[in-house]
Amino acid sequence: MKRYSALELIRQGLGGHRGWDRVWRKPEPKPSYDAVIIGGGGHGLATAYYLAKLHGMTNIAVVEKGWIGGGNSGRNTTIIRSNYLFDESAAIYNHALDLWKGLGQELNFNIMMSHRGVLNLAHDEGEMRQLKRRVEANRLNGVDSEWLDAKEVKNFCPSINISGHIRYPVLGGTLQRSGGVNRHDGVVWGYARAADALGVDILQQTEVTGILTEAGEVTGIETTRGTIRTPKVASVTAGHTSVMANMLDIRLPVESHPLQALVSEPIKPILNCVVMSNAVHVYCSQSDKGELVIGAGIDAQLSYTQRGNLDIIEHQMASLMELFPIFSRLRMMRQWGGIVDVCPDASPIISKTPVKGFYVNGGWGTGGWKATPGSGHVFADLIAKDEPNRIAAPFAIDRFTTGALVAEHGAAAVAH
Amino acid sequence: MFVIDCPNCGSRDQSEFTYAGEAHIARPTESENMTDAEWAEFVFMRTNTKGLFAERWWHATGCRKFFNMLRNTATDEIHAVYRIGEKPPKVTANLPLTPAGESSIGSGNDAVKIMTRDEENAS
Repeated sequence: MKRYSALELIRQGLGGHRGWDRVWRKPEPKPSYDAVIIGGGGHGLATAYYLAKLHGMTNIAVVEKGWIGGGNSGRNTTIIRSNYLFDESAAIYNHALDLWKGLGQELNFNIMMSHRGVLNLAHDEGEMRQLKRRVEANRLNGVDSEWLDAKEVKNFCPSINISGHIRYPVLGGTLQRSGGVNRHDGVVWGYARAADALGVDILQQTEVTGILTEAGEVTGIETTRGTIRTPKVASVTAGHTSVMANMLDIRLPVESHPLQALVSEPIKPILNCVVMSNAVHVYCSQSDKGELVIGAGIDAQLSYTQRGNLDIIEHQMASLMELFPIFSRLRMMRQWGGIVDVCPDASPIISKTPVKGFYVNGGWGTGGWKATPGSGHVFADLIAKDEPNRIAAPFAIDRFTTGALVAEHGAAAVAH
Repeated sequence: MFVIDCPNCGSRDQSEFTYAGEAHIARPTESENMTDAEWAEFVFMRTNTKGLFAERWWHATGCRKFFNMLRNTATDEIHAVYRIGEKPPKVTANLPLTPAGESSIGSGNDAVKIMTRDEENAS
């Protein structure tokens, strides 16, 4: 792998940029691998990268039905934070945040990580109390978090409307300064390039059509490009986790829903942080290109169509107008949907399954992006050792039988 | 946006309705003898079908009654509406050719769009 650097950029510039390597290879599928990861999004590629780098498993493949990063990795609003209420969630999301901090350097790829701060607003007394409790819980878990009153919110984010004349006035909010946004393609391409350099085969336009087993153990997969033998199959298919599990008759507690987002026309810098509001229900940040990136909640119905209903968007735009009247004349440019699989407790599944050699990482619901490096890191550990580590263990499927749920609905800052 | 044909009120905008999840999950009759695993199956586990799916809807701002609907979750096509207590009718649907493939209509994901068998035969 040729390292990217300012010097290399100048050297290549002098040569008319004709000397760059392919960022990753385009290999033919081998007949067998030590492990196959289904899903070439951020989580899947991170899993492959850490398997190769930390566990020495380099004879592995990532299979992707479309192109890498073309699913939810390319459809989310890239908000990074770790201010979850419970210890289990704080552990995994903060693990991810720690990895985000050095990821650009580690991958030698500009992921445009911007720790610009994430505001979670409170609009009534009950929400204020709940958010203050969350600040204290966060601090006990080593998560950076602080409470701001309405004036401090206005100081931190000057474009916000804190007047008392709106239906749900801003009474204050929590701030995680280390939170922020990054560039989804940069992350996907960075992981793909680094994993490829370690020998991982990235097989795009290769869809899994079946999973082969013998005597309760995984032996391979059927794909649209032929059969691949492997003793370990790891599903990291956000949105389609049930479709994969159903191939092995494994029951999961997830339901897939469309989650919509949209962007405005680009404008000059006006929003310096990420703003999230649970009560009026919208979240918003400004991309480096100048577009406002806006999201909110899922469509209620189960669907795999990657599109949702207009009333959901109308609602979130109305919420945005109330918080930022200054945006009222902005035109929206693009709108899209991704399919998220939501667990009943709004926490993910990172787990072994009743079929030996089949591992599941899914059910991240609306908040998977922020966990990308942490998710891949602990999932690689699980696949390599066949045992979950301390961080992954609480997210096993058996929590729905034992009752040890990690019920994060309230703490995720948007209703799911 | 869906237009849903409520069995009591007729065609109405989806925003009048509330989604009520997978249909035909019967409440266990001998719950005192159930294991934790059986409870987990009833309370949490769902088929989450990509394709023809029987689901419940509630006409929240209309007749306020529940009913069942048969919808293709790969395209959002509505194939049938039927009353609570009835069995889902037999219908034919435009299903994806592979388990995780996208249907020819209704998906925004052109990258992985796969033709249905009908289309493949026609071309």
